[in-house]
Amino acid sequence: MESRFLVLLLTLAFGVMSLTGCGRNRVIDETAANEPPVIEPEIDRRAIDPAKIDTEDFEVGIFMGQMSVEDFGVDNVYGGTLAYHITEGFFVELGVGQTQTGLTSFERLSGAAQLLTEDQREYTYYDLSLGYNIFPGESFIGKNRAMNTAVYLIGGVGSTTFAGDDRFTLNIGLGLRLMPLDWFAIHADVKDHLFDIDILGEDKTAHNLSAHLGITFFF
Amino acid sequence: MRQLTLLILLCQLLYVSAAQARGERRELTVQDPYIEMHTGPGRGYPIFYVAERGESIVVLRRRTDWYQVQGPRGEEGWAESEQLERTLEIDGEEFEAQRSTLEDYAGRRWEAGVSYGDFGGANIISTFGAFNLSGNLSLELSLSQALGRYSDSTMTNLNLVHSMFPERRASPYFTLGTGAIHTEPKATLIATVDRTDSLAHAGFGVRTYLTRRFVFRAEYKTYVVFTSRDDNEEIREWKAGFSFFF
Repeated sequence: MESRFLVLLLTLAFGVMSLTGCGRNRVIDETAANEPPVIEPEIDRRAIDPAKIDTEDFEVGIFMGQMSVEDFGVDNVYGGTLAYHITEGFFVELGVGQTQTGLTSFERLSGAAQLLTEDQREYTYYDLSLGYNIFPGESFIGKNRAMNTAVYLIGGVGSTTFAGDDRFTLNIGLGLRLMPLDWFAIHADVKDHLFDIDILGEDKTAHNLSAHLGITFFF
Repeated sequence: MRQLTLLILLCQLLYVSAAQARGERRELTVQDPYIEMHTGPGRGYPIFYVAERGESIVVLRRRTDWYQVQGPRGEEGWAESEQLERTLEIDGEEFEAQRSTLEDYAGRRWEAGVSYGDFGGANIISTFGAFNLSGNLSLELSLSQALGRYSDSTMTNLNLVHSMFPERRASPYFTLGTGAIHTEPKATLIATVDRTDSLAHAGFGVRTYLTRRFVFRAEYKTYVVFTSRDDNEEIREWKAGFSFFF
C-alpha cells in the first residue's frame, strides 16, 4: 500500500516537473526513465543559451578636429572609426578622414601660380592601425562620480589621396578614451600622418599633424 | 531509498520554482572563495568589490575576456572570464565562458584579415575574406592597394588556399589564384596611361593561431601579370598580417 502511494506521488511529481519544464537534475532523470510518464510532456525544457550575453567588442564612432597638412595650411578634419577590441590591451582600428587644404606660401606670394586644382586639394585618407591601451585608469569628477579612462598608443599603415596621387601613409598617435557610460566613449587624440611627397621640387617626408575629438559607441 | 528519491524530487521542485521566479536573467553562483570585481574591463582597473562564495551575481555584458556583473547589492563591476568559469549556472552546470580556443580555430568557417608588405618595391596593403571549404581547403577573396614610387595599383584576387595541418597551432599553406590589377602611373610622370591587366599567382606562407580569434600569417607570392606588351611582367610579393576567424 505504502509503495503504491509512493509510486503515485512520484509520478505526479514528475508530471508537475515536466510541466514546469525546468527539471534538470540527472538523478531524477534516471529514476523517471524507468517508468512511463502519465502525462506526455509537450513543453521543451528550458535550455540556457550562452549567446544571450551581450558581447561588445566593436567600437564605432565619428570625430572632428584640426589637421595641419605640411605646406598646405590648417583646416577642419572630420571622419569615422571602427575598432575591434581583441584583448583588454590590444585593438585594431580602421579610420577614414577628410580635410581641405589651402594655398602654399609660394602660391600666395607669387600670386597667379597654382600648383594644384581644387579637386587635388582635397585630402582623404584611410588607416589600418593597431592600438594598445597603455594606461587604464579612472578620472574623478567631483566627489561622487568616476569614469573609466585609458591612454592608448596607436600606429599603422594606410593610404592618402592628395595632390592627384594615392600616397602610402604611416600613422602614429596617442589618445585618451573617456568612458562616461559602459557603452559610450569620448576620444581625444593626436596623430601624425607621414608620407613622401615631391610636388614642391624635392623629395621629402611630410608630417601632417592632427588633433581630434570624437565620440564612439560599443556594440 | 524511495524516501531519498522523494526528498530529492521535492527539493528539486522547490529549486525549480525559485529559479523560475527569477526569470531569464543570467544568474551565477560564486564557487571560488571569491570573485574580484574591477571598475573596468582590464587588469589595470582597481578592484572595488569582492563577491564571496555562495553569493549570486548577474551577468550584464561582455567585452573581450571580461564580463560586467552585478553583485547582490547592486554593485556593478567587471570580472575576468577565468574567474567566472568557476561559477555555477542556476541549473548547477558550470558557467561556460565563450573563449575561443584552438578547436574553434580548427573548425572555423569564415576568416577575415589585413596584411601589409612589399609588392615589387611598392608598399602593399591588403584586406581579405576567406571561406573554409573543408579542413584543408579555403577560398579567399582579397582587395589590395599597392603604393609605389612611380605608380599606384589596386588589385582583386581570388585564390584557393591549401593548409597542410589545419588542426595545428602553426601550419604552412600553399596558395594559387587569379585576379586583375589596375595600375595608375603617378601624376608627376608625363604621357602614361592607366591600364588594367589580368594576372595569376602562386605562393606559400605560414599561419599561426595566437589567441582568442586572432591569427598571424606571413606569405610570399609570385604574380605573373598578362600585359598587352610583348612580355609578361613578374612581380614578387611578401607580406605579413593578422586575421580573425568566426
